[in-house]
Amino acid sequence: MTDPTALARRTGRKRKGVLARLVRHRSGAIGLVLSTGFLVLAALGPLITPYDPTGSDFLHLRAGISAAHWLGTDNFGRDILSRILVGARYSIGIGLSATALGAVVGGLWGLWSGYASGALDAISMRIVDVLLAFPGLLIAIGLITLTGPGVGPVIFASSLFGVPIFARLTRASVLATKERAFIEAASGLGASHVRIVFSHLLPNVIAPVIVYATLRTGVTLLVASGLSFLGLGVQPPTPEWGSMLSDAQLFLTIDPLMAFAPGITITLAVLGFNLLGDGLRDVLDPTLRQ
Amino acid sequence: MLAYLPRRLLQAVPTLIGVLLVVFFFVRALPGDPARLYAGPEANASEVAQVRRDFGLDRALPVQFAYYLRNLSRGSLGVSFRNNQPATSVIAAHFLPTLWLSIAAIVAAALLGVLAGIGAAMQRDSPIDLGITVLAILGISTPSFFLGILFMYAFAVRLRLLPISGGPTPTGIVLPALTLAASALGTIARFSRSSLLEVLGEDYVRTARAKGLRRGRVIGRHALRNALIPVLTITGLQFGFLLSGAVIVETVFNYPGLGWLLIQSIDARDYPVIQGLMLVFSLEFLIINMAVDLLYAAIDPRIRYD
Repeated sequence: MTDPTALARRTGRKRKGVLARLVRHRSGAIGLVLSTGFLVLAALGPLITPYDPTGSDFLHLRAGISAAHWLGTDNFGRDILSRILVGARYSIGIGLSATALGAVVGGLWGLWSGYASGALDAISMRIVDVLLAFPGLLIAIGLITLTGPGVGPVIFASSLFGVPIFARLTRASVLATKERAFIEAASGLGASHVRIVFSHLLPNVIAPVIVYATLRTGVTLLVASGLSFLGLGVQPPTPEWGSMLSDAQLFLTIDPLMAFAPGITITLAVLGFNLLGDGLRDVLDPTLRQ
Repeated sequence: MLAYLPRRLLQAVPTLIGVLLVVFFFVRALPGDPARLYAGPEANASEVAQVRRDFGLDRALPVQFAYYLRNLSRGSLGVSFRNNQPATSVIAAHFLPTLWLSIAAIVAAALLGVLAGIGAAMQRDSPIDLGITVLAILGISTPSFFLGILFMYAFAVRLRLLPISGGPTPTGIVLPALTLAASALGTIARFSRSSLLEVLGEDYVRTARAKGLRRGRVIGRHALRNALIPVLTITGLQFGFLLSGAVIVETVFNYPGLGWLLIQSIDARDYPVIQGLMLVFSLEFLIINMAVDLLYAAIDPRIRYD
């Protein structure tokens, strides 16, 4: 049996190695800094806002940049910086939870399908094919047509199109791993299916899933904020970056700053997660490189 | 390739049935009476009853599905709520603008993307390579709704070169097409760069250089041909993604295509049109993915599907 302290030491050393290599990976380091920054913003944003993000101030409508309002105010006189800070919790929070939900559901699906094999596996992979036959954004839009808009529906809808991709990815790793000798040994020693899947298969297939989940986070952020931009996601007056941009488009000719602030913020967030994902892929799993 | 064609078509059948089932159940999952949904809000009781009979809505679900397929084959998707026209003709009226937009976008993305990729690969690790790589990842990371607004602000509001709202005209299509192209362009550029770099490391490239061929000729005649095979696949896949990307870009520019129609129909709860559009988008996606596979089999002699 594995000595738990030795195992912990080994994985601990490995993790440190990954971080060190990621920091040396130029664009990976930028991605790490950006995405960590946005995570901190999502956690602390609402605590450090200078103004109430939904409080109107009709004496200062669309005021430009000033010492009082660093990014100006919008068409209701609301402080744009405060709205971006509070919006981080919605935009980043939705993006992360939707990615995680898709990875967990798809991952379990792939684990089960790959381990079960045979007819069940074949049927479940046909279902994956059907899910992949719908363009991602369209699945999300169709679902929200049924449920109505809101934070919950956006998370659910943006997670859904990741599910078949994660299922396929995990299944492929499971198929490659389950023929190896240590699985056969575990099975021969009388380990239950649950134990084999979660104690032996899962640790060996999880690395590519995590790398891919990081890569996916950028795309999910784009879809989730896109849904809010289309008016199908987070509803006003809640400050979400996509819906802020949609409001701002109406005032583009007279107040472009209203659009630039949330637009640049989303771009930086997506860029951060994309660079981090690329970096992690290069460092952890060079075989995934295209 | 010819041997592969029927099998690839056959492979698409289960997926096609799945897509039809999903779209069929979509309307059943909506709150309210499906007959009322198809007939439209202004229909009277006898018209609703007529629709119920035509669509077999008083029968068991499998029979309803058979009716649905029959109606579909006749091009009958119900009546649009908004103007009482058949949903099929409403959708058909917005089909061509989206087709032109996606073709313009994919052509721009493929041409500029491959050129940028070749440029970056030939000047590897130079400032040009870095610049192209940075632009490519920015193209992938910038949300299309923000990029569209940026283009709109720069070229329509400030420079007044192009119209602020889009349309299927030579000037009206430029900004929507470039916006739609950006993400695919970035992906194609990165992909052609790495594909070309990989091929440039192959033995036959070194042999060609060693026997005295000029670098440009080696790249043009030997390396590029092989490097572009995977690029073609990725371009096809990106074309599929463009279709759903068009929903956002068309909304930003008020461009009267299928994506714009989808958002308008959702706002109006025009379910027959929404359902028809879901079917059209998924069928297009299915056909494009199939075409990509076939094209791949046709151009790469190493691929044998047996």
